[in-house]
Order: sequence, then C-alpha cells, then structure tokens
Amino acid sequence: MMARRSIEPLVWILFSVGGVVAAMFVPVLLFLFGFAYPLGWLASPSHAHLVAVVGHPLVRVLLFFLCTLCLLHAAHRFRYTLYDGLQLQHLQELILLVSYGGAIVGSVAAGVILWQFG
Amino acid sequence: MSTERNRYTEFRPRWYRPRMSTWWWLKRWSSLAFILRELSSIFIAWFIYFFLRLIHALGSGDAAYREFLAWAASPGIVVLNGITFAFVLFHAVTWFNLAPQAMVVHLGSKRLPGALIAGANYAAWVVATALVLWIVSR
Repeated sequence: MMARRSIEPLVWILFSVGGVVAAMFVPVLLFLFGFAYPLGWLASPSHAHLVAVVGHPLVRVLLFFLCTLCLLHAAHRFRYTLYDGLQLQHLQELILLVSYGGAIVGSVAAGVILWQFG
Repeated sequence: MSTERNRYTEFRPRWYRPRMSTWWWLKRWSSLAFILRELSSIFIAWFIYFFLRLIHALGSGDAAYREFLAWAASPGIVVLNGITFAFVLFHAVTWFNLAPQAMVVHLGSKRLPGALIAGANYAAWVVATALVLWIVSR
C-alpha cells in the first residue's frame, strides 16, 4: 500500500529557505537599485560593469534561485494571509492557484529573462 | 455538496461557532505584527518584479538601463519602494529574531544559547550585504 504523501513539508522548507534568502539579500539590493542609484545618493555603476556581473553564468543561476525562492516564500505567506487574515479557508483551491500559480509564472519569467540575457 | 450539507433533518445539531471579525488582528499588537509580517509577502513579490525589470533593462542596453533608473526615481515608485523597504526590513529582523526558536543547535550535550544563533544570523546578514555591495559597486 502506498502511503499518501503530502507536499506540505516541501512547501514549508521552500518557504523557510526563501525567507532566509529574502532577509539576507533583498534589503541591500532594494537599497541600491531602489534608492541609492536612481536618486543619486551613490554614483551608479556603469552599464558595462553590471552586464559583466550578470553575464556570468554562476551569477545568473544564483539570481534565478533568488527570484524563485523569494516568490515561493511570498506565495506561501500570501496564502496564509488570505486563510488567517481574511478567513477565506473556503476558497482554498482558488487561493492555491493564485498564489503558487503566480510564483510559478514569475519563476518562468525570471528564467526566460536570465536565460536570454545579453 | 452544499445540498448534502443543507438537507433537512429533524434533529439537526446546532454547532457552536463563534463569529470572528475579519478585523480580529487589529485588537492586539502581537496579532497586528503577525498580519503585517504576512503582508510583507506582497512587497517581496513587488521587489522581484522590480528587480527583473532591472535585469531586463540591463540586457537591452545602456539606454534602457538609464531609462530604468529614471523610472525608479519617479515619485510613485520611490514611495512604493520606501514602503517595500520598511516591510522587507521588518521581515528580516523578525526572521532573524525567530531563528533561535526554529534552529536548536546542540554542542555535545549543551544547547547553544539563542542569542548566539540570532547573532550568527545578523553576522551573516552583514557579510551578505557587504558582498553584494562589493560585487555591484566595484
């Protein structure tokens, strides 16, 4: 007899890993590209330098993981925001589709953008 | 399904289900903090969208990169990013402070103190931030 396996533990692990990644890397990236460079607090790096950085295959793989893990983390948390905050447990299927479906669509978009880079 | 549930029976038990207000989380700071932390998810998703626009602009050439920086400097985007930054910092700090409860590390028979684990997380945060700064602005 096959035991029924649940995907929940995997989803929680991805949530945690994504939470660590988001906490470690998003603040500095948002500070630099959201404020420091656009508003001229710091001299913005040249286009050539950033293309050289992102053009490195390892950087692109890491950026893909950054995007995917952050999106899965966000999707999981958003799912529970709707369940607990707004008490929408009865819309379970729709919420799962919107949250994880959105994360998957976003990850595919990230993959395409990073793959076609340069 | 719903017809099954609503079918009339003579001795239908009445369930005790107290109604919870949709705004239950406004009553206490701890539950408000919980919901604010949950809401950080929307802003992390926004950041990934913002970041992917940057990568796309970089791939499209120098002019597109300049255009992206000008777009990012427009008032609406700056305000949205300001709110995002506050939520992301709130996520990071609460995440690191919770780490000792999620990670129980034993050294021999002794349990490492929580402050040490939280401290290690903050130290890793500093290293990650310095690393990104060094790579991006070199």
